[in-house]
Amino acid sequence: MGVNIQVEHVNAWYGTTHTLKDVSLKIPANKATALIGPSGCGKSTFVRCLNRMHETTPGARVEGTIQMGDVDIYKAASPVEIRRRVGMVFQRPNPFPTMSIYDNVASGLRLNGFRKRSVLDEVVERSLKQAALWNEVKDDLRKKSGSSLSGGQQQRLCIARALAVDPEVLLMDEPASALDPVSTSKIEDLIFDLKRDYTIVIVTHNMQQAARVAEQTGFFLSGVMVEFDATEKIFTNPSDKRTEDYITGRFG
Amino acid sequence: MPLAALAQNEARTAEAAEAPVVPDTTGVRAFLMSRGSGSVADSVFGVLMLVGALSLFVIVALIVWMLVHNSQLSIHAFGMRFFRSTNWDPVNGDFGALPFIYGTIVSSLLALVIAVPLSLAVAIFVLEICPIPLRGAISFLTELLAAIPSIVYGLWAVFVLVPLVRDKFGPILEKLLGWTGLFVEPNFGVGVFTAALILAVMIFPVISSISRDVMRAVPNHQREAALALGSTRWEMIRMGVLRNARIGIIGAIILGLGRALGETMAVTMVIGNHPDISKNLFNPAYTLSSVIANEFSEATGDLYLSALIEIGLALFLVTIVVNAVARLLVWVVTRGNTAKAV
Amino acid sequence: MGSSLNAPSRFRNGARTLTDRLVTGIAVFSTILVLLPLVAILGYLIYKGASSLNLAFFTKVPVPVGQSGGGMANSIVGSGIILLVASVIGIPLGIAAGVYLAEYGPGSWLGHVIRFTADVLNGVPSIVMGIVAYSLIVSKQHHFSALAGGIALAIMMVPTVTRTTEEMLATVPTALREAALGLGIPQWRTIVSVSLRAASPGIITGCMLAFARVAGETAPLLFTAFGNQFWSLNLNQPMAALPLQLYTYAVSPYDEWHRLAWAGALVLILLIMISVTLVRLFAARNSLAGGR
Repeated sequence: MGVNIQVEHVNAWYGTTHTLKDVSLKIPANKATALIGPSGCGKSTFVRCLNRMHETTPGARVEGTIQMGDVDIYKAASPVEIRRRVGMVFQRPNPFPTMSIYDNVASGLRLNGFRKRSVLDEVVERSLKQAALWNEVKDDLRKKSGSSLSGGQQQRLCIARALAVDPEVLLMDEPASALDPVSTSKIEDLIFDLKRDYTIVIVTHNMQQAARVAEQTGFFLSGVMVEFDATEKIFTNPSDKRTEDYITGRFG
Repeated sequence: MPLAALAQNEARTAEAAEAPVVPDTTGVRAFLMSRGSGSVADSVFGVLMLVGALSLFVIVALIVWMLVHNSQLSIHAFGMRFFRSTNWDPVNGDFGALPFIYGTIVSSLLALVIAVPLSLAVAIFVLEICPIPLRGAISFLTELLAAIPSIVYGLWAVFVLVPLVRDKFGPILEKLLGWTGLFVEPNFGVGVFTAALILAVMIFPVISSISRDVMRAVPNHQREAALALGSTRWEMIRMGVLRNARIGIIGAIILGLGRALGETMAVTMVIGNHPDISKNLFNPAYTLSSVIANEFSEATGDLYLSALIEIGLALFLVTIVVNAVARLLVWVVTRGNTAKAV
Repeated sequence: MGSSLNAPSRFRNGARTLTDRLVTGIAVFSTILVLLPLVAILGYLIYKGASSLNLAFFTKVPVPVGQSGGGMANSIVGSGIILLVASVIGIPLGIAAGVYLAEYGPGSWLGHVIRFTADVLNGVPSIVMGIVAYSLIVSKQHHFSALAGGIALAIMMVPTVTRTTEEMLATVPTALREAALGLGIPQWRTIVSVSLRAASPGIITGCMLAFARVAGETAPLLFTAFGNQFWSLNLNQPMAALPLQLYTYAVSPYDEWHRLAWAGALVLILLIMISVTLVRLFAARNSLAGGR
């Protein structure tokens, strides 16, 4: 049910800073793809280009083509349409503080005009189960606000919220960096469950995490994608000297 | 190092691949695909917000246009003489605004003289001296003082302040300062001095709260630097705080001046409403805003009305300039960080 | 440093400490001096006003001079109507302008100019707003009207509401907007259902402050709503308002009317405070447990 993403010659800028330099790669469907690299290397900017979030920052600019399935996302569709097909989970959990748990999960549908109560109930339950949060919150769905949960629960709530709109791609921008180890391992378990239904792109600064969850890994350095290959290849036998230096901890 | 992780990855991927795929039956995706981009709604909404923002320009344009257009008669009849003539004679259709300008300036400046030292003292007290629990209470009371309507201040002034000035303050001031010619009997309690007193009470919250914001914006290391030199608290406040915040404090004072210049009801009720120019602060006087308040709805004849609107125009222009200068000064110090617009 | 060891310096330190004490004393004294009028006004208001309040005050209209009794029922209702008109016009305009400043134009040239205009407009004397509403409506229709009064007050509300809305929206984290946009929710819906909703307690408080500020305004109503001794619910006719009636009574020479003026002032302040408190309570009740 996921979809391939073909990225060709993508360049991105913040104002006059050139943050992504001629990136091309092919992200396979129904697999987890990890992007690693030191902070400021452009990996977050890259995923923000995949759902056209980058352009919401004042002064930001993107060039190149990104083909998602058979849609050229920068030419053939509006940002809103793309973002409905591409779910995103952010570095810090960001549930809507004024909404209940139920409303948080249902927000992507409701705020897009979806009204059918019975379907909403079904979708909320399914999404919370997919995000492995259902058992912990099923009794307070409408009573508690999203921000009353713990950090790890909040992040899973955000995942459920992203899944509720039934996307084809799930982008995760360092989803576990603000969480404790137990919550982190729960999120990683989740990625395994999710990847047969979605194309997952996960940005991480944690190489262990990339090795644990991803089939493909890309290494970014100063806005350039240095190497993109099977995870095993990247971590055991990288082709580029810079990748080797990074994964063996010689810098970064 | 990541070999264990890789092995784990492989095993779990194989395991996960065996789980059955649950087909989606909710039709959510189909629904969302049918929703379109919403770009029309977005544009309409954006335009509506822009209209709201532009309404501020429209309001200002409307004010300027109405005031300029409707005062043409008076502007053409009197020209600059309007602002130099002391004659206000509705019966014979001869109008000069000097007494009102004089009354406005004198009452406002006197109010500043009274209010500024007190406001700054309170701001310093609240920010640098007073114990923290008391701080909230004083801020609350200051805000309360700002929330009392002008008309209620006026009422209180008429029945409490006027008798007080007439019977208590008046004789003392005359004895002490009568030789200056500023405080000369007869003193009926209504006049410039009483107006300035009530104005001072009314502008105190403005000056005090804004100068507090400005002083709070002074970085703490400035205070610490002064203290590290062995300063006493007052020296620290003087060198570390006041010196750094002085532009913003001047802004706060000018903002208070703007408020005092335009204040209408309370002043109208106690200033005596007589177009006189006199050095004696016990004398009744008249201000720009109070002559409009008193005579506008009874003005007979187009020229009379036009003259009153020209006074309104003058008042508008003066307060615009005063406020713009003050805002710029406050903005320079706090870089737009002031918590509230007063 | 050792400078405190020699005598002249010790003397100087004594003088410095003395100055410090003196300044502290002055500051304390000033604070008391300034808060004195507040206590005096509120105390006097309650004392004078409460003794004149009775049921008739809330149910009757004013009576002619010489008769005793009568009340301000028509003024209270009139004020309510005029303030409703002002809020209906002023609050949406102000919120729209605030949304524009915070969500569309932060940092833009137009945004700065609008923000500055709002601040400057905030300082325009209220009586000038009265002249504008008079020229705009009353002089065209040749009679006073409550609508003109409402518009004058609405103009005064716009800049205050604009600035609070903007400031409150600025405190909404970007992460929340991104969460909503990331779900494919259109920008307008994101602003309405996420940003504005998250900022709503602060915006409501700001609107209430703007409301409270114009509720006591008299000057802009003097030659717009004008006042009325009788019942009138027609927006197109002169209408009574509490501050106007208060003014009429306060400057009159009759003791009975002065008494009513004090009662009116007390009621005015109470109404302002009650409406502010009610809205705040309402806003607080609407937020979820653990929501903040």
